[in-house]
Amino acid sequence: MEILMIITVGVLVSVSTYLLLTKSLLRVVLGIVLLSHAAHLLLLTMAGLKEGAPPLLGEPAEAYADPLPQALILTAIVIGFGVTAFLLVLSYRTYKEHKTDDLDQLRGSADE
Amino acid sequence: MNNLVLLPVLVPFIVGVILIFFRNQLQVQRFVSGVTSFFLVFLSIYLIYNIYQDGIITLELGSWQAPYGIVLVGDLFASIMIVFASIVAVACLFFAFQTLHPDREKYYFYPFYFFLLTGVNGSFLTGDIFNLFVFFEVMLISSFVLIVMGGKKYQLRESFKYVVISTFGSMFFIIAVALLYSVTGTLNFADLADKISQIPAEESGILTVIAILFLIVFGLKGALVPLHFWLPNSYFVPPTAVAALLGGLLTKVGVYSIMRTYTLVFTHNQDFTLNIVLILAGLTMFFGVLGAVSKFDFKRILAIHIVSQVGYMIMGLGIGTSLAIAGSIYIIGHNMIVKTALFLFCGTTEKVTGTTNLKKMSGLLKTHPYLGWLFFAAAISLAGIPPMSGFFSKFALVLAGLEEQRYFIVFVSLVVGLLTLFSMIKIFMYVFWGSPSLTPEEVKKTKIGKLLLPGIPLVIISFLMGVLAEPLFILLEAAANQMLDPSIYINSVLKE
Repeated sequence: MEILMIITVGVLVSVSTYLLLTKSLLRVVLGIVLLSHAAHLLLLTMAGLKEGAPPLLGEPAEAYADPLPQALILTAIVIGFGVTAFLLVLSYRTYKEHKTDDLDQLRGSADE
Repeated sequence: MNNLVLLPVLVPFIVGVILIFFRNQLQVQRFVSGVTSFFLVFLSIYLIYNIYQDGIITLELGSWQAPYGIVLVGDLFASIMIVFASIVAVACLFFAFQTLHPDREKYYFYPFYFFLLTGVNGSFLTGDIFNLFVFFEVMLISSFVLIVMGGKKYQLRESFKYVVISTFGSMFFIIAVALLYSVTGTLNFADLADKISQIPAEESGILTVIAILFLIVFGLKGALVPLHFWLPNSYFVPPTAVAALLGGLLTKVGVYSIMRTYTLVFTHNQDFTLNIVLILAGLTMFFGVLGAVSKFDFKRILAIHIVSQVGYMIMGLGIGTSLAIAGSIYIIGHNMIVKTALFLFCGTTEKVTGTTNLKKMSGLLKTHPYLGWLFFAAAISLAGIPPMSGFFSKFALVLAGLEEQRYFIVFVSLVVGLLTLFSMIKIFMYVFWGSPSLTPEEVKKTKIGKLLLPGIPLVIISFLMGVLAEPLFILLEAAANQMLDPSIYINSVLKE
């Protein structure tokens, strides 16, 4: 199962790298979204995937799953969600103001 | 256990939330934020006094015991950073009162100002690496809003790049945390330090990889060469009050995180990691100052100078003796103060002349002598001329470098100091010498007396830091010794 997850992470990272290197604003945003998914999956996988054990503390159970990665991912997903929403609005405004979504045409020095 | 250590995080957060409700009452917003910023300075000084008296203060949030719950840890290094950050925040806030357009103020400038401070203070105080990530994000998203506020064409363009690059760095932060968690099974700084010291040397290769990954993550935030490329434009586009705040605070949080993790957590293979840090320090200071030498724009020179100063900050870490670390802390504080002062004077000049292009202005010394001499004092402080604070920071670093026989980095740092002086004098000559470019009517139109007020205390602090360098270094060396002996930190958090 871990192997499958790692391969998924690898595919996500490579796709997001491709998207980040394209010239369209929206594709760059999608690249960031996919990269964040990859990072979250990696966080889940690196902590070890266990089956059939609840995350209990203080119960006389034989095995229990580590609840910490889930908590971390939840936090990271929420943060990623917020940043993505901000980034989408920002790219929309940039598109509206500049009348283009081509990053090549958004080059240039900062003083207009 | 002491709730005092939570206050620098909690106070700006609550005030920020309250200010959201007063969106249209600008006077209320200004009054509350002004009072709060002064309160934060006194609070941070009280905090540093307590820590100096009683040692490291820790707080286990929700009373969850140390390795399981989140802890806030106030040691000397963190509290010194908070003092400087609060001072910078006051100066920028009072500059913002006078320069910001009311439309910007109404669009939640002050709430985000305080959320940024929440993130910065939280990053300094946290004792948990994932919590550090969270506070980084709090700080970053506030900085996104502050940079883009106003929505000018060039602002949107540059902030998009800044946001993408920062978010990219944050994702690497998560990846690095995931790898670290898989190796050690903990995220608490003290527990990490404890666990990593027990890992045998032949199995520590993966830890070195993780350490470098964290260096990349924090280097991206702290603008180390070759990860500095986003900085000059992003800090150029926002209004000066915001640029001064971001230039004063944000990169230093990255540097702080590097110093914290490399002295506390990743101590297993220091020959290798600290050498990398030292090489990056040399490259950073050299290329940063070259960028400054080549530019002819007031604000842009100051922005790219941040990069070269970051090099000095991690140079102390790379040398690694107690004097060098003390010098590093000193230069972080010095740079926060002086860089902010320079940005504020740059903003004043922009207000007077309407431009930041060096070639379009001259002769301001005749029409605005106070501005000229205040800028000169701050500029020679940055370049490292006694009796201002810049001299003593470089003196400590160079002395420590010579003691450790790191001659090459010392040589680079001295050359960079010379080039810094050159670029500062370039600004001074273009802006303040020559025949006045403004007509007397134009001079009378803009009153700058009030605009200079926030900068004056910063110049005075820089001067005092230089004059009182010796007692200050006693405090800084205490902080450095606390950092160089991780067992103090570990014991006060885990209470073994």
